[in-house]
Amino acid sequence: MTPQTADDNFEIPPPEAIGHERGSLTRIVQELVFTVDHKKLGLMYIASGLLFFVVAGLMASLIRIQLAVPRNNFLEPDVFNRLFTMHGTAMVFFVGMPMLFGFANYLIPLMVGARDMAFPRLNAFGFWVFFFSGLLLFFSYLGAPGLYAAGSAPDVGWFAYSPLTAKAFSRGHSTDYWTLSILLGGIGSIATSINIIVTALCLRCKGMILGRMPLFVWIYLVVAFLIIIAIPPLSACQIMLILDRYFGAHFFDTQAGGSAVLWQHFFWIFGHPEVYILMLPGFAIASEVIPVFSRKPIFGYPVMVAASVLIAFISLGVWAHHMFAVGMTSIGNTFFAISTLLVAVPTGIKIFNWIGTMYGGKLRFELPMLFCLAFLFQFLIAGLTGVMLGVAPFDWQLTDSYFVVAHFHYVLIGGLLFTIFSGIYYWYPKALGKMPNFKLGLLHFLLFMAGFHITFFPQHISGFLGMPRRIYTYDAGRGWDLWNLISSLGVILQAAGILFFVINLIYSYVKGGKAGDDPWDAWTLEWAASSPPPDYNFETLPEVRSRRPLWDLKHPDDPDWKYE
Amino acid sequence: MTAAPAQSLEWKLPSARKVAVISLILTESSLFTIFLVAYLFYMGKSLNGPYPSEVLAFPLLATIALLSSSVTIVFSEMALHRGNKAAFHVWWAITIGLGTYFLWFTGMEWKHLIFTENLTLATNVFGTTFYALVGLHASHVIIGLLLLTLVFVLSLLGKVAGDHREHIEMISWYWHFVDAIWIVVVTVVYLISTRY
Repeated sequence: MTPQTADDNFEIPPPEAIGHERGSLTRIVQELVFTVDHKKLGLMYIASGLLFFVVAGLMASLIRIQLAVPRNNFLEPDVFNRLFTMHGTAMVFFVGMPMLFGFANYLIPLMVGARDMAFPRLNAFGFWVFFFSGLLLFFSYLGAPGLYAAGSAPDVGWFAYSPLTAKAFSRGHSTDYWTLSILLGGIGSIATSINIIVTALCLRCKGMILGRMPLFVWIYLVVAFLIIIAIPPLSACQIMLILDRYFGAHFFDTQAGGSAVLWQHFFWIFGHPEVYILMLPGFAIASEVIPVFSRKPIFGYPVMVAASVLIAFISLGVWAHHMFAVGMTSIGNTFFAISTLLVAVPTGIKIFNWIGTMYGGKLRFELPMLFCLAFLFQFLIAGLTGVMLGVAPFDWQLTDSYFVVAHFHYVLIGGLLFTIFSGIYYWYPKALGKMPNFKLGLLHFLLFMAGFHITFFPQHISGFLGMPRRIYTYDAGRGWDLWNLISSLGVILQAAGILFFVINLIYSYVKGGKAGDDPWDAWTLEWAASSPPPDYNFETLPEVRSRRPLWDLKHPDDPDWKYE
Repeated sequence: MTAAPAQSLEWKLPSARKVAVISLILTESSLFTIFLVAYLFYMGKSLNGPYPSEVLAFPLLATIALLSSSVTIVFSEMALHRGNKAAFHVWWAITIGLGTYFLWFTGMEWKHLIFTENLTLATNVFGTTFYALVGLHASHVIIGLLLLTLVFVLSLLGKVAGDHREHIEMISWYWHFVDAIWIVVVTVVYLISTRY
């Protein structure tokens, strides 16, 4: 018989040749490009997030070197503008977002007892769109000068207020790179979020009713809904900006009756929910780590779910607290001040529930728990400065000052990054099959925590003393010198901390002890799979009867489902 | 629960396709909301003409066509349920025809506005927001028509089988969404804003 298709020509290779080319570099690249496996994509998200994190972190270090002493000439002003724009944009869109999607991708199918995400190819699409939008942003350093020889990387700030982004004020292509990269990234985020929603709702294993779903998955479900509602306004902003810049539209053109403030409204309708899109995954990680290392089930599971939904809901109605200084009606100011303060209620409930979980528990101070404990204290400080800034008259005084910079770095580093580190140490044994080294991790923890506070706490004070954000230098004798110097010195400790983190990731992979399937004696389904889990995750799909299926398995005499 | 809970014999989960399409519709609604708000915000703020009241005429026939295409697609689905392939094809073709008429109308309207009334994206904020909003809707009509045509061609080739019922239902959901958005757009653009 003659072969009908290409497949018929396929000859089974001899046994010794199978797997021969597996280790080669081309093979590995091919596997990464072709894969639709949620675990590989999850790790690729986290790895590329870490890559962008190091780049954007180095940019921040350059900024701190420039600001260490008054009248410093280390950086040109225009270079400084590009650095803070790229730092902010990269950290929000190409570090925070991929990290949160990485954890979601890796863990949600495992936690709900499924073999993959609902739409594996859409998942791969989401990753590659994100990855190339990140490369597009950074390519602006090379591509943006182009024919115009004007501009380089974007320099309009991460929220790119109009009319600074108009063709007349932002020449060349730098702003276009920013716009297109954000637009593209948004498409990837929406695709992945729809995937998360469908996976959490439609792929749960037998017996996992919504009330038994791990809190991690619950919070991600809320985040995914928040993303699909909040990202389209950002995409709409970018479409309008492109129409303005290239087709002569007047959305943000004040000379033709357009409004520059409209950009601010539309951007922050996205921008504020974005804060919770980034922060809620931190809560999700803490809600898994704290119970396991306190040896107690989470305190107030239904209340935690309700608080997450409430945070997401309220966060859609607080955007104009970024715009108190723009000048709104007193009704507008009052409404947005009250709604902003209201977010503190469900957030406070969460903090009390985590403390309630630890109360009377048998605490184990492993690496993930250490980062979570630091997170609790630091996030509390971030929340308190947030409440202060939510009060409109206080905000008028300190808007766009270093106090604001300190506030959101306490949120995003002290809150989010610490929980990401906690999550990485917690699931490292699951993903790679090796235990992270405790001593190196402790060094990372101590150095990074000290460096973080030394860098960002003084910025509260320089903010009080009137130092505006985004200035490239300042005169001596305004009382800002000392605080800036301390702040810059803290960066050294932070960088050392990150160095130990990276060393730990590599060292533990090479030299770390074997982890086993369930090193932390945890309760959720991902620990029932082997470490690292096989491509198909579970040989037979599990069946659950309570919120802690592995507890039931380990304690058949005293299972949870008797009490839930 | 105190006793060992009797696991329900069947474990039912919502359909992945339906949840995905509902999420897609939710995210698209959010996108349309922003463009609608922009249109409403700039209503009556144009510094120069032409103004909506001078150039916009209510698109009665196109609106009737688009809205009735929502009905014909339901007839088409019902025919498929009954297993009547011929009726399915006829109603599906009528749906495509009605959608195409709507698109043709929009094209003619734009041609008139651009070449006769001299209204472009760059004329004033009315032109800016009008073309952005109606264009966004028209782009969704185009995507819908592409999907409808794809199904039509595949069905003629005999590739649409009984187990594709839900796929087709999802396309009709999307088409209903495009129609529903048009009701909002036509109300805002052709009824409310023509007072300015």
